[in-house]
Order: sequence, then C-alpha cells, then structure tokens
Amino acid sequence: MSIALERLTYTYMPDSPFAATAVRDVSFTVQDGDFFALIGHTGSGKTTVAMHMNALLRPVSGRVLVDGQDIFEKGVDRRDVRRRVGMVFQYPEYQLFEESVKKDVMFGPKNLGLSQEECEQRAEEALYRVGLDAAQIGERSPFELSGGQMRRVAIAGVLAMRPGTLVLDEPAAGLDPAGRRDMLNLVRALHEEGTTIVMVSHSMEDVANYATHIAVLDHGTLAMEGTPREVFAQGKRLTEIGLDVPVAVQMADALRERGYTPPQGLCRMDELQAWLLAHLERRNGAE
Amino acid sequence: MMKNITLGQFMPGDSVIHRLDPRCKLGLTLAYIVAIFLVQGVLGYVFSAALVILVASLAHIPLKYLARGLKPLRWIIAFTAVLNLFMTGGEEVLFTIWKIRATMDGLRNALFFSFRLIFLVLGTSVLTLTTSPIVLTDALERALSPLKVFKFPAHELAMMMTIALRFIPTLTEEAQKILNAQSARGADFESGNLFARARAMVPLLVPLFVSAFRRAGDLAMAMEARCYHGGEGRTRMRVLRYTYKDLVAVGVMALYIALVVLEGVLL
Repeated sequence: MSIALERLTYTYMPDSPFAATAVRDVSFTVQDGDFFALIGHTGSGKTTVAMHMNALLRPVSGRVLVDGQDIFEKGVDRRDVRRRVGMVFQYPEYQLFEESVKKDVMFGPKNLGLSQEECEQRAEEALYRVGLDAAQIGERSPFELSGGQMRRVAIAGVLAMRPGTLVLDEPAAGLDPAGRRDMLNLVRALHEEGTTIVMVSHSMEDVANYATHIAVLDHGTLAMEGTPREVFAQGKRLTEIGLDVPVAVQMADALRERGYTPPQGLCRMDELQAWLLAHLERRNGAE
Repeated sequence: MMKNITLGQFMPGDSVIHRLDPRCKLGLTLAYIVAIFLVQGVLGYVFSAALVILVASLAHIPLKYLARGLKPLRWIIAFTAVLNLFMTGGEEVLFTIWKIRATMDGLRNALFFSFRLIFLVLGTSVLTLTTSPIVLTDALERALSPLKVFKFPAHELAMMMTIALRFIPTLTEEAQKILNAQSARGADFESGNLFARARAMVPLLVPLFVSAFRRAGDLAMAMEARCYHGGEGRTRMRVLRYTYKDLVAVGVMALYIALVVLEGVLL
C-alpha cells in the first residue's frame, strides 16, 4: 500500500496569535514495501506529517492519498483508513488503560467490530509478534510491566488491527541501548514480514542500517529525499541542518580527505568494513 | 478541540498593560466588575466599550481575538437574553408566542443583561490575557496574606493554584496525545448515545489519571529535593513593587467609574 503526500501544509491554531505553521508544502510518496524513514530534529514537523498519514490531522492545504485515494474526501471512512495505516505514537506505553494486557491489545480489533474469538486470536498473535507470550503475561495488568514491555504491548495493540502500513514515531525513544536494538530489530522484522514501515526518528544512525528511503525535514519543509546513499552523500548539508551523520559515513569522508577512495554513498558500517578489508588485502598483495 | 478556548488564556507580551503590577490589575478588574453592575444606560456601555478597546489596544490584543473569548458563553448569553425578553413584564407588547409575551421592557432588559455579560467577560479576559497565571496567583497570595492572622493558608492555596494552572496545558496536551493514540486504534469519541460516549471516555481517562498521578509524584519529589517546606520564611525572586504606571491605571479606572456613576445619577 502506498501513501502519497501532495503539497501538505499544516498550521496549528490558525487565526490566533499562537498560529504556527508546522509543515509547509511537503510532498513525498511512501511506496508499498518501503522502510521509509522520516528524519528531522525536534520541532521539524515530522510527527505532524506522520499524523496526517492516518487522518488524525486534516491538512490546511494539500492532499493525503492512501492507495491513490484522498483520505479527506467526503464519504471516506477515516476509521477504515486507520485500520489500514497503523500509528504507534511516541511513548505509546502511556496509552494503555485496560485491566489486562490481552484486553488492552484487543481494544483495536474490538473497535473494528470483530468477534470475541477473532479479537483474542489476533491479540495473542500480535503479542507473539512483539516477542511477548500471551499465556504468560496476557492476564496481568499492563501497569505491572516494565517500560520496555509496556511499549511492546502498546505496539501489539496497533499490530492487532493488522495494518498494511505501520507508522512509528520514535519507537526507540527513551530505551536503553539493548532495548533500542531490540526495538529496531522488531521494526525490521515487521518490515521483512511484509509490513510497509514509516519510521519517524531524529537519529540517522538508527535508520542508516534499515531504511530503504529517507525524507529529511527541516523547519517544516522537505530538505532532502532519496535512498540512504543519496541522502548520506550530502553529509555536509545534514550537519548544517543539525542532524548527525552515521559514523560509517563520517569515517568514509575522513578517509577520502586522506586520499583513499571508499565508494560514494557508502552508509553502513558493514559496507565500510568490507571495503577496508578488501583494501588492506589489495595493499598487502601489492607489497 | 480544547485549544480554541480564548477564555482564561495568557498571551505573553511586553506591553504597558502586561507590566502593570498584578495586584493592581487584580484590584482594578474587581473594580471594573462592580462598575459594570452600576451601568444604568447606553452611555455607560459606550464608556465600557471605550475602556475595553483602549486597554486591549494598549496590550496589543486584537479585538477579534478578545471577542473569541465570548464563544464558549454564547449559549448562556442567548439564554439570559431570551429569558429576559419574555419574563419581564410591561405594557408595550412586541409580539406573543402562545401565552408568553415579549415586551419592549423585556427587549431592553435582554440587551442590557447581554451587554453586561459580554463586557464582564471582555474585561476580565484582558486580565488573564495579559497576566501570566503564575504572576496572578502571586498577586492573589499577597492579596490574601492579611488573612494569615486567622490561620488562613494563603501561601498553600496560592501554591496549589499555581500548580493546578501550571498543569492545565500539560494535561491538555497529554489528553490530546492519548486521544490521538486511541483514535488511531479505532476508538470513537464522537458518536453514540450519552452512555456510549461516557464509556468511550475510559480509554482516555485511565491513562490521563495514571499520568497525572505520576507527574504529581515526580513534582513532589522535585520540590522535596529542592527543600521546599511551605511558605514560612520564603522570600521571592521577583518582589512586586508599585510604579507610577499603576497610579495612572488607577486614575483611568477611577475616571471610568466616575463616568458610569455620573451617568446613573444624572440621566
């Protein structure tokens, strides 16, 4: 499923002294099967953009097309849009409310009007997908769990609706390094299972390894868009915007400055490692 | 949805009105409220309008924005007007619906009371728009502190108010976030009958309460960590002082009240 934004503009509190245009004239398309990363520093409008993708915000101007259909057209059921495009907010653990984990995960499917058995089955499956055992924690209160587990439960709550596209807003925010890695691996696994992913993040390092496509927002406008190679080739521009550049890219740039020739657009550590090893081997062979 | 309320909102700025002493503003607003009830005729409302426009322009508040504060009260104003229109007795009958008569006196009263409410809201909005809640409660504490003699907990009350006001935007934002998250999970807050809607609030209220309690705990801890122990012996970072501006403001208000009273006496 594809999501296309066409000249999206959004203003918070229009017609008041507090009016703030968070997003201006942003266009890009998320293709089916993409792992799409939406990057920008705090206040760049990335969350605002993401919220348009499942009709939680109505653009001041511009259109949002899901599978070619304008979701703000009259007669479009926005709940159906929300079923197809799942949204996991930042710190989703704060949305939990039910008395048991399983019931909380079933909230979404129930809103879709599914039967009790179907809901239960989906909840168990969704919990399994995020690495939790429904038999073990299904009946426990979500408020007894650890922060990382709560976040997984919250994500399961969205997955249980079986969205074709999953929008995640900073899913790894506030987690320790191990939790971070687990979370990013979970997102990658979901992607490999066929879910289209849109991940909002401020960290280039996080997305360098996974993303197939990157859009960079700066002060509410689209600054760059393309494959990781294309985006990371403009390391200087990224630094100007105030974003970090993956370590592999920094190293490759530093090597280039010293007269070496690592391939352009290199952006992952394993790529750099492979090139370095091959380079060393060639040099040793030549000696 | 909750962000469109102008009433009670603070608009940061650096105008003359913003910089008036909050105690002075509080007192003047009280005086204004009393004066509004003394208004007897059209001319009094002309003076009131002039005052509101003067103060709003000095404070750089667009009149359109100020007027938006009336929106939440439009039904109350309409209700009062209709009630007055039909319930006031009088000879001159305008029109009759069934057995209820609308009289000329009723019309006069309806307009009169509507204007009274409107000017009440407009005038007091200026206070909240130009005075940050923190400063306002500070002023309130100072105004109430003479009551400490009677063991009235002025400081504690002001602190509670400060904290409550401080957390309104935070909790509003939080509520909006949870609302979005639950909407994304297909929750429906808008349709259904009263019971269905009340039940639909559970997924919103439970996380909101959990978060409010968590914040309260964190805040208590943070205050404790900075050795907060109540009002005794506490000094202020910003000591309130009256300046000549406050004197001018008192003068303007006195003039307004004098005009209103004179109109009532003479006409």
